[in-house]
Amino acid sequence: MMRIVTIGMSHQTAPVELRECLARDPANVDRALSAIREHPAIREGLYLSTCNRVEAVYTTDRPEEARKEILGLLASLGEVPADALLPGLYTLEDMESVRHVFKVASSLDSMVVGEPQILGQIKDAYVQATQARTSGVIVNRLMHRAFHVAKRVRTETGVSDAAVSISYAAVELAKKIFHELTGRKVLLIGAGEMAELAARHLLAQGVGEISVANRTFDRAVQVARGFHGKPVYFEEIGSELLEADIVIASTASAGYVIRHERVKQSLRRRRNRPLFFIDIAVPRDVEPRVNDLGNVYVYDIDDLQGVVEINRAQRQEEAVKAERIVEEEVLRFQGWLKTLGVVPTIVRLKEKVEEIRRAEMRRSLPGLGELNGEQRRALETLTRSIADKIVHDPILMLKRKADRPSRDQVLDLTRQLFRLDDDENKS
Amino acid sequence: MAVMLYWLALVLILLATGGMIVFIVRQRKVVFTWSYRVLVAGFVVHTAFLAHQYAVLGTAPVLSLKASLGFFAWTVTGAYLLFQLRFRLMVLGSFVAPLAAVLMIVSTSIPGAETVVVRPLFKSVWLTVHVVTIFAGDGMFAVMFGAAVMYLLQERQIKRKRFGSLYSRLPSLETLDAINHHALVIGFPFLTLGMVTGAIYAQQALGSFWRWDPKEVWSLITWFAYAVLLHERLTVGWRGRRAAIMSILCFLLLVFTFVGISLLSSDYHSFRSIEGRGLP
Repeated sequence: MMRIVTIGMSHQTAPVELRECLARDPANVDRALSAIREHPAIREGLYLSTCNRVEAVYTTDRPEEARKEILGLLASLGEVPADALLPGLYTLEDMESVRHVFKVASSLDSMVVGEPQILGQIKDAYVQATQARTSGVIVNRLMHRAFHVAKRVRTETGVSDAAVSISYAAVELAKKIFHELTGRKVLLIGAGEMAELAARHLLAQGVGEISVANRTFDRAVQVARGFHGKPVYFEEIGSELLEADIVIASTASAGYVIRHERVKQSLRRRRNRPLFFIDIAVPRDVEPRVNDLGNVYVYDIDDLQGVVEINRAQRQEEAVKAERIVEEEVLRFQGWLKTLGVVPTIVRLKEKVEEIRRAEMRRSLPGLGELNGEQRRALETLTRSIADKIVHDPILMLKRKADRPSRDQVLDLTRQLFRLDDDENKS
Repeated sequence: MAVMLYWLALVLILLATGGMIVFIVRQRKVVFTWSYRVLVAGFVVHTAFLAHQYAVLGTAPVLSLKASLGFFAWTVTGAYLLFQLRFRLMVLGSFVAPLAAVLMIVSTSIPGAETVVVRPLFKSVWLTVHVVTIFAGDGMFAVMFGAAVMYLLQERQIKRKRFGSLYSRLPSLETLDAINHHALVIGFPFLTLGMVTGAIYAQQALGSFWRWDPKEVWSLITWFAYAVLLHERLTVGWRGRRAAIMSILCFLLLVFTFVGISLLSSDYHSFRSIEGRGLP
């Protein structure tokens, strides 16, 4: 019995400290994918790692073995004992798993419900999986359906309109600290989609200058150009801290970029002007102790969720609508999954051929003039045996493949060749 | 007539305070608009009452604890209205108006005739200037106190990342700190001027600038406390939480100097002696 399984942790189940263990090394994705490819119990799979979640989605015939393998993998990637991971992990199977993937893709499970980045991140994860050749028929289908669900949720519900992204939440918070953002100075450390989004939000609020620091100066120049900002060397962060009002940190650095000592030293020279750190990096860039300093406020990604929580109620209604869409699509997917068995495909293939034969008979009979019963029966036999002969070999092939790992590909190909999923082709 | 004016002012200010409190709970702008209008009306009536008192007494109507508390309430209201014009900060009223109301209520509940026999000693321009400037400063400091309390409440929520119902109702930290700054910068010169004119008056009336009576000493301590705060703010760059805590402490000191010393000591600054029941 083939199962679709999701094992992972998200902002809802695991604290940022644990998640950042797993997100520490960008090469983790490749390692995870090769483990998925190599392990015999896992047929296909995908590895998603964002700052809010780490998930492995895979299919297997031997769930126990596969689960052990994935747990071991996560523990080794995070360099933590498996026991430490367990409380934060969830395991979802079959339709639960499908539902989860759909919800994640449509941003219903995001820290900020409706935020648009997650879909792009899933697409990236899928591209990586196809490049690493870990995706197969089911994952392909699952992903394409997930993208479709995400699109439906975006267009048919107000979830994303009402979505207050993390960056928006950060802007609101900044207003509670600074009142007006006009003319405030922003320092962007590291660049990522999320950080740039936050910076763009701040720009819309009229902030003055934006400085961009990056480990690679070229990248800083490139990002700064987008904001008409000022690129600075990574080493200049110390002096930039004297000027900045809002600092958005999102580097991929494993250690803290902003340390307690450094901020403390700058405070006096800043004459205690408030300083707001938005730390959207996982692992965190700003030492948490910095928040203890006077007039300094540090919000990491988990803290921002607390802010976002406030407006959650307003979006509840749209979320219900979105849930319904997800449910519909889960049922559809379930329907498709059932056709993946050999027997349903053979039955459907025979039906299809028989349908064609009958239709052609109906069209041709009037042109043949008066036929007696015997002639008519002979004609039936003739057409039927032609039809049967045509599908005979494909059916044999399918039966032979019933227990092979390549079965799903063959089934999928057959269904495509003969267009057995008419109702599915539209979407 | 004067008594009616006073009671009308009291009722209006209490109404306005109630409205401001309803406003912070319900967040209806119309509630604020009306409370604000009622407060302005109360202030105008109160002003008329004080003007009348001034005309009758021939000096600032602050010769008893009762009267001076009422006068204090008036300057608090006035200071708040000034800040309202400048900052348009509705919620500030919810914190400052109750202060004015409490002062009014305490003033009303203290027994004592409004008009006392005014000795010629008190009919001096210097005394009027002394008292009015001191109270103008006190009014500013009261607003500063309200803003400081609001700052601490809001700062705590932002720092601890737990957001209660006050979070959306309270203004930004920067605004509250700006109020603190402005109130200090305006209030301190008034306080200073008040002390200087007080000394001049003392020289004229009593023959010496400074007599080391408890109220003078405590006033000086209070003045120093505010001076330190102002200095730290302007030169070192104190602000935010530390400045807010300091302004609250300073204000408590001020209230102690104003009420406590007046009740405890029997020197010439105490109301007992001013009212003619003691020395000199």
